[in-house]
Amino acid sequence: MELYIHIPFCVKKCDYCDFLSFAADEQTQKSYVAALQKELAFYGAKYKDRRITTIFIGGGTPSWLKEDYMQAIMETVYHYFSVEQDAEITIECNPGTITEHKFEVYRRIGINRLSIGLQSVHNEELKILGRIHTFEQFLKTYDMARKHGFSNINIDLMSSLPGQTPEIFCDSLYQVLKLKPEHISAYSLIIEKGTPFYELYRFDAVRQEAGMQTESLPTEEEEYQTTKMIQHILKEAGYHWYEVSNFAKPGYECRHNIGYWKRVDYLGVGLGASSLIDNVRYSNTRDLYTYLSECENIHDCYMQYPLTEGVTGSAVYSADGTHILVPAVNLHAAAEQTTRNEQMEEFMFLGLRMRDGFYREEFTQAFGIPIEAVYGDALNHLQQEELLLKREGRIYLTDKGMDLNNYVVAQFML
Amino acid sequence: MAIDQSRIRNFCIIAHIDHGKSTLADRIIESTGTLTSREMQAQVLDNMDLERERGITIKSQAVRIIYKAKDGEEYIFNLIDTPGHVDFNYEVSRSLAACDGAILVVDAAQGVEAQTLANVYLALDHDLDVMPVINKIDLPSAQPDEVIQEIEDVIGIEAHDAPRISAKTGLNIDQVLEQIVEKIPAPTGDPDAPLKALIFDALYDSYKGVIVFCRVKEGTVKVGDKIKMMATGAMDEVTEVGYFGAGQFIPCDELSAGMVGYICASIKNVRDTRVGDTVTNADRPCAEALPGYKKVNPMVYCGLYPADSAKYPDLRDALEKLQINDASLYFEPETSLALGFGFRCGFLGLLHLEIIQERLEREFNLDLVTTAPGVVYKVHKTNGEVIDLTNPSNLPDPSEIDYMEEPIVSAEIMVTKDYVGAIMTLCQERRGVYISMEYLEETRALIKYDLPLNEIIYDFFDALKSRSRGYASFDYEMKGYEPSELVKLDILINKEQVDALSFIVFKDSAYDRGRRMCERLKEEIPRHLFEIPIQAAVGGKVIARETVKAMRKDVLAKCYGGDISRKKKLLEKQKEGKKRMRQVGNVEIPQEAFMSVLKLDED
Repeated sequence: MELYIHIPFCVKKCDYCDFLSFAADEQTQKSYVAALQKELAFYGAKYKDRRITTIFIGGGTPSWLKEDYMQAIMETVYHYFSVEQDAEITIECNPGTITEHKFEVYRRIGINRLSIGLQSVHNEELKILGRIHTFEQFLKTYDMARKHGFSNINIDLMSSLPGQTPEIFCDSLYQVLKLKPEHISAYSLIIEKGTPFYELYRFDAVRQEAGMQTESLPTEEEEYQTTKMIQHILKEAGYHWYEVSNFAKPGYECRHNIGYWKRVDYLGVGLGASSLIDNVRYSNTRDLYTYLSECENIHDCYMQYPLTEGVTGSAVYSADGTHILVPAVNLHAAAEQTTRNEQMEEFMFLGLRMRDGFYREEFTQAFGIPIEAVYGDALNHLQQEELLLKREGRIYLTDKGMDLNNYVVAQFML
Repeated sequence: MAIDQSRIRNFCIIAHIDHGKSTLADRIIESTGTLTSREMQAQVLDNMDLERERGITIKSQAVRIIYKAKDGEEYIFNLIDTPGHVDFNYEVSRSLAACDGAILVVDAAQGVEAQTLANVYLALDHDLDVMPVINKIDLPSAQPDEVIQEIEDVIGIEAHDAPRISAKTGLNIDQVLEQIVEKIPAPTGDPDAPLKALIFDALYDSYKGVIVFCRVKEGTVKVGDKIKMMATGAMDEVTEVGYFGAGQFIPCDELSAGMVGYICASIKNVRDTRVGDTVTNADRPCAEALPGYKKVNPMVYCGLYPADSAKYPDLRDALEKLQINDASLYFEPETSLALGFGFRCGFLGLLHLEIIQERLEREFNLDLVTTAPGVVYKVHKTNGEVIDLTNPSNLPDPSEIDYMEEPIVSAEIMVTKDYVGAIMTLCQERRGVYISMEYLEETRALIKYDLPLNEIIYDFFDALKSRSRGYASFDYEMKGYEPSELVKLDILINKEQVDALSFIVFKDSAYDRGRRMCERLKEEIPRHLFEIPIQAAVGGKVIARETVKAMRKDVLAKCYGGDISRKKKLLEKQKEGKKRMRQVGNVEIPQEAFMSVLKLDED
């Protein structure tokens, strides 16, 4: 099982960001960490037989949190969960929130992978995005990380920014390559509802999506060109394109994220966190005060009435009428039993995000029938359209299929 | 218990649209205590959701009311509501046939309008006594004296003692009730004669089968009688007779001459019942049928297709059920390459079309694709043959066509002085031929134009309203056919002609319409993996073109643990959208695109 820990705090929310994050005072952070520890204790006991293969601390800006708090969180994890010896443990960092001491503590508490949000090497672009840091600050953070012995670092970059040409983006990419990070995530900007960017660019985003002339966002054609250049440049530099937006030096692919695409069970703790456990998808409340107060309850209740299999619980009904038991007291705002059809759909649309797709046999193993029996027609016509390949027992998308990933995976909806 | 004919009053209310007909009906029902005010829902008679929403009456409805008059006697009022819109003249006419008199409602501020006249003439045609009522006298702009004068001058009926009422507030409704007793004649007819009853409406009930609404002119009908429909010849045994409470059916022992009520006769086949037909006794038939049944000719045609082709039989059943109480609805099966199996349907007008479409969607839960509405063209072939063309796809090869004719209507538009210019411009744009203009009063003009019907079926009402700020009223009647330069405009999507998008258009408008059609379709058709040319063509010659560019990039940049449920919902939505697509060649066309031709004038 994988573990995701959500830290919803940020110094300042970026203008494009629709993640569950906000600025918070010291006291709130303190209460949050205490709540998180209780939640970890609860689930740690519940899933004591499961081994944790990877941990990802995301946000928000987890690196903004005081190192003492981070240490307390990780100590709770080690206390209640059995974490594998070679577990990949990642924390998201933002330049401008890091100190030497923080990195020291991170190393000490077992964190072995950093994911640094850079987004752009151009300070004007960083300003447009509403980032709090400059490229120079990033360079300092990066050096510091290397100095402290972090040998698995990801750098986030963002393309398709307002006013950005393919050349401007590639300049960012070349400068980042000089630093030789093990992993690069290159995302194209998504204009999300409820963000300041949405107010500024939503009409342009519609134009972009429709393949029309845009005002400030790059056109679809420019976006396409940028993606092609990214793929080409990174391939030349020895990176393996392994997922829609992710590139890594061989052996440095993010194990935690691959888990999501392979439908490995994961437990998400913290505000708004999602979990997939035994084919049930849970999500925690997104309301901070509900979260804090429920964490109080969950702990006390748990102490009084330990959960025994099949004794305590409330029924949750899924669309197909079956029901499952979930703990009577927990933080899940929603629990949804995925049907077999949904499991197959997820298998396909997640699996095909990866450049290497999946093995035919994996499908057979998961569902007990050959993939052709379910998706024969779709696989055939996608092959005819040269979007998908079946080679040596592997099913994966062509370059064109990757470009049109949404179109392709939509064919696998049952 | 036999009911004394002299205590029965059968009447309807006629009015121009919005003059307050349904509100008056509500007040009459309410003030006679038929319903308590708690039960009273505004506009009781308009019981279709659609009618209430649009504030119009589509179907006729009937209700029986007991009124204790000032002479101390109790009277039975049978109030039959009639639709007000010009599209529904046929429905008006058959409701009138069931009555002995009519209340004419005239708006005290608006005065006599086009439909006031049309409806009065219809009522007089049916030998009804017309009793005027001046409504909305509570309005500051009310001019009851002028309006009474106008009624006497323009219509030529006596109006000096017309009740001056406000149906909205209930003012002087008692005068209306008394006048109904005094002025509407009691029915006549021999209850012992052979049965002769006019069907003025019918509806299908899943428990009772077809329920026939009728006015008994002669004779008596009761449970167990064997009845016969004179036009269709269908025979059945009567299982129930009764009269109309407000919104409910109240069974009774028998219906005799002069009465209005309903008959159920376990009639299974909806086609056996025709509104306007005469019901008689199978064993003792009357000598001849009542002259109620009139075949009406649809003016507007379009194709109706089920969105889900498996629903074709459901659509057929639904159309049959609607047809029993809407004799003016016409349909026959047709097949489209693009849309599959469906029906070519004929309507009285565009509102009628919309109403039927909405009723099919709401009452029968059907999802429909509608093709562009068109009128009936007369195609004169070189071999002398003349075809009535209702479907553009059936247009013969141009080499076989000598000439074509299109239907022309005589339109009367009443408008206040300020908007005369705007309205005349509109009529000119729509290829209208100016006939005359006269000022009815200092501020109000009656403009007459001859207009091609196909120019008014799309959005003429809307244009009229917007250009006159709602002050214009419009009425039209068929004038006849006139030769016209018409062409068939075809649409090709990815080089394939889409039959369901073809339409007939005036030659000089073809280029403009074709261009706008292509632009509209470009917006409606989603991008595919390949480029899709959209072309408009006349007689094989392309006159306009747009291109839907190929899709280059379609990815979701991030999909991690918390994004999966959302991504799944997105894909599901996409799947739902795909279900609503029609495959033409290798292009998927959303159903909305087939309707887009209707909206060309909204730009």
